[in-house]
Amino acid sequence: MTAKLKLAMYCAAGCGGCDISLLEVHEHLLDIVAAADIAFWPAATDFKYADVEAMPDGEIDVCFVNGAIRNAENAHIARLLRAKSKVLVAYGACSAFGGVPGLANLYPVDDVIDRAYTTQSTTLVDQSLRPTPSAVHGAGSAASGTAVGLPAIAGTVTSLADVARVDFTLPGCPPSTDRVWEVCQAIVAGELPASPAIVGAGGKSVCDDCRLEKHGTRVSKFVRSHEIVAEDERCLLEQGIVCMGPATRSGCGGQCTDALMPCRGCYGPAGDSLDQGAAMVSVLGTLIDSDDEDVIRETISQVVDPAGTFYCFTLATSLLGHARSANPDQEARS
Amino acid sequence: MTRISIDPITRLEGHGRIDLFLNDAGSVDEAFLVIPELRGFEKFLEGRPVEEMPQITSRICGVCPEAHHAAAAKAADAVYNVEIPEAAEVIRRLQYNAFMAGDHATHFYALGGPDFIVGPDAPASERNIIGVINKVGLELAGKVIRMRKESHEVAELLGGRRIHPVGMVPGGISKPVSAETAKRLREIGAYMVEFAKESLGIFDNLVLKDPRLRGLIISDAYYNKTAYMALVNDQNQPDAYDGHVRVVDAQGNEVVRYHPRDYLDHIAEAIVPWSYLKMPYLKQFGWRGATAEASESIVRTGPLGSLNASTGMQTPLAQAHYERFYATFRGTPVHQTLAFHWARLIELLQSAELVNRLAHDERLTSPDVRTVPSGTPRVGVGTVEAPRGLLTHHYVTDENGIVEKANLIVGTTYQYPAIQLSVATAAKKLIRPGAELTEPIMNGIEMAFRAYDPCFGCATHALPGTSPLEVRAFSAGGVLVDGLRRNGDGSLERITALRPDAASPAANAADSPGGAR
Repeated sequence: MTAKLKLAMYCAAGCGGCDISLLEVHEHLLDIVAAADIAFWPAATDFKYADVEAMPDGEIDVCFVNGAIRNAENAHIARLLRAKSKVLVAYGACSAFGGVPGLANLYPVDDVIDRAYTTQSTTLVDQSLRPTPSAVHGAGSAASGTAVGLPAIAGTVTSLADVARVDFTLPGCPPSTDRVWEVCQAIVAGELPASPAIVGAGGKSVCDDCRLEKHGTRVSKFVRSHEIVAEDERCLLEQGIVCMGPATRSGCGGQCTDALMPCRGCYGPAGDSLDQGAAMVSVLGTLIDSDDEDVIRETISQVVDPAGTFYCFTLATSLLGHARSANPDQEARS
Repeated sequence: MTRISIDPITRLEGHGRIDLFLNDAGSVDEAFLVIPELRGFEKFLEGRPVEEMPQITSRICGVCPEAHHAAAAKAADAVYNVEIPEAAEVIRRLQYNAFMAGDHATHFYALGGPDFIVGPDAPASERNIIGVINKVGLELAGKVIRMRKESHEVAELLGGRRIHPVGMVPGGISKPVSAETAKRLREIGAYMVEFAKESLGIFDNLVLKDPRLRGLIISDAYYNKTAYMALVNDQNQPDAYDGHVRVVDAQGNEVVRYHPRDYLDHIAEAIVPWSYLKMPYLKQFGWRGATAEASESIVRTGPLGSLNASTGMQTPLAQAHYERFYATFRGTPVHQTLAFHWARLIELLQSAELVNRLAHDERLTSPDVRTVPSGTPRVGVGTVEAPRGLLTHHYVTDENGIVEKANLIVGTTYQYPAIQLSVATAAKKLIRPGAELTEPIMNGIEMAFRAYDPCFGCATHALPGTSPLEVRAFSAGGVLVDGLRRNGDGSLERITALRPDAASPAANAADSPGGAR
C-alpha cells in the first residue's frame, strides 16, 4: 500500500467561505481523511508556519490556497507553500482572480483608511487618532511607550499566480461542493490532468448549464435586477438584466440563475478569454437590437457600474487591475 | 516591565493577538486585545449599485454570509422605502433562523464548546471537535454534520446557493417557494428542534451538573457588569430578523429602545491607536475607555445580550429554558461571560422552533414575493441580530441608487470593548505573580473571548486565518524571558531562547514592532 497523500489548505485574504466549502463535502470528508493526511490547514487544525518551514521541499502532495494576496505575509506563505508542495492549486475566485477584495484596487489605500477612521458617520471623537504601524501605547500603565506592532496595510490586491507558480485553478466563489469533491477524488486517484489547467469547472460558459431558455430575443435597453420581476424559464439577459453567464466559465451548474438572479461571474472568464469584462461587452454588443454602433455604445453605457459589474470577481487580474496602484512600495509582490 | 503576547489566538474566526504587560511584581497591569487587520469593504462598496450589496457584502464572511446578505437586503429595502410582501418576509425569516441555528451549532460543538465538554484543563490536542466526538459519541457527530448540512440546504433551497446565497433582493425574494420545497423545509424544521433540545440536554448533563464547571462559570475571572442590547419584537422578545434595539443597563433597567434607523443617535465608535478595530459605545454616556469603571457605556450583544435585554422568548420550548437560565443565576441581567454558551443554545432552540413554525406558515408558498421599488433611493439602514450580535449596514446612495457611503458595524465590533474588558479581567485573575505560565492559563484567558464567538474576519471586514498559539514574554529590552508554544500535534514546548529565525511572521511582528507583515 502506498503512503497516504499529504494535503494542505491555506487561507490568504479570503472570507472563510472556501474553507467552509471544503468542509461542505460533509461525510466525504471522512473518505478524504482516510486517503490523505492534512499537513497544514489553519482554519481546522493547529499546525504552524514553523511546521511548514521545517518540511523538505515537495513534502506536501497537493496544496490548496484560497483568498487573495493582499499583504507581504500572504505572499510569503504562498511562496513557502509553493516550495513545499508538488502541486499548488489556486482554490476559489480570490486566489484565482483576486475576487471581491480585488475591488479595493479601485481606490488608493489611504482613502480606505480615511473612510474607516476619519470620515465615518460613527467616529465622532478624536478622529486624529490613527492605528498605525508606528503606534505606541499611551501613558499611565506598564505598557506606556511600548510599540504596539501593528502590521502595515498593503496597497493592492493580486492573485496567487502573481506571486507563485500555480499548477491548477479551481474557480468559484466558493467552488461548488460537487466540483470540489470531484477534484478531491481525482487527486486521490492520481488522475489530475497535465498542469497548468483549470479543474473543477467546464470548458463552456454558465449559459451552457443554465436552465433558463434563450429565444434569440434582442433588447433595446438594460434594467437592473431589482427593477423588474424576472419571468421564470426565460434568459435573464434577454429580459434586459445584465447577467455575466455568457462571459463566465461553466462549473457552478447555474445556481444563481436558477434562483432567478443574474450571474456575477465568480468562475472567471470562459474559454480562452483573458479579460471577462471585454468578453462581456462584446456579448452585450450582439444582444442589442440595433446595428448602429452609436446606439449600441449608448445602450451599453446604460449599464451602471461597469467596473463592478463586469469585473466583480476578476478586477485584480484584469487589464484594469493594476491601474490604481498608488504606492508601488506597498505592493504585496515587492 | 514584561510583555506577553498570545499570538494568534485560536478557535475563532479571524485573527487577533493578546498582549499582556506585567508590572515589576509580576501581576498583569494591562491587557490588550489587538486586531491587526483591515480590509476596507466600506470604501470599495462606494460606486456599486445598492442592489448588489446583498451579494458583495456577503463576501465579508463565508462563515456568516446570510447575516450580511440579510442586513444588506433590508438596508436596500429601506434605501428604496419599499415594503416587502408578507411571503417574502416569511421566506427571509425562515432562511435567517435556519442560518442562526446552524451557526450556533458550529460554535457549540467545534469552537467554544470543547472547553466545557472536553474540559478546560484537558490536553490541547483533545480540546477540539474530535475530543467532543470522543466524549459524546460518534452518533452525535453524525447529527452535528446533519445539522450543518441541513442549515446549508435551507440556504440553497431559498437562496440558490449553500454558501453566499443570492435570493434576497430589494423588495423581497427572487423566487417563490414550491410546495415540494416547503415539505422539505418542514422536515428540516422538525429535525432542528430535536437537535436543539438534545444540545441543551448535553449542556445540562455535562456542564450544569458538573460542580467544577459551574464554579468556573460563576468565577470572578469571567464576570463583568455591562449594559446589554438586543433586537426585539413588540413584546421585547429576541427577534433575529427584525425589530427595535432595546438597551438595558447593568441593573436590567431599560436605557433606550430605538428603531435601528436611528442608530447614529445612540451609537458612536472610538478609535484606539493600538488596534485596527474601532470600539462602539453608547453615545449618551460618552467614551471613557473599555474599563470596568466606564461600564455603563459598554454594551454586550450576541446571545447573552439577546436574553438580558429581552423579557422572554418567542417560542415555548426556548421560553422554558430562558426561565431556567435566570432561575439558575438568580436574577437578571446575568453578567457571567461564560453564560454566553448557554444563552447561545437557548437562542439556537428559538431559531429552530421558528424555522419549524415558519415552514408550516401558509404564506410560505405564495407566488407574491416581490415588490418592485418605486421610491427615489437615498439612505437606508438594515439591522439584524447576527449570531455574534447586532449587525448594522447603513448605505447612503445617489438618486440612482449608487452607494456613496457605507457604514458597517458588525456583532464582534459592537462586542469589542466588552471582549477587551473580559480578556483583561481574566488575565488579571488567572495570572498570579511569579507563577509559571501554563497552557491552561493561556487557554483560560482565551476562554474569555471565545465565549463571544468572535469573528474578527467580519469585524475587520478581513479574512479568517487562524494559526497556532504561542505565548511569549518579553523583557523591556525585547529579550525573550519565557515562552510556551502549542504545537500542531497539541504537544507543548518551552521556548528557552530567542531564535534568530523566529517561528512565524506573527511572532516576527511581535519581535520587531512596527515591521510590516
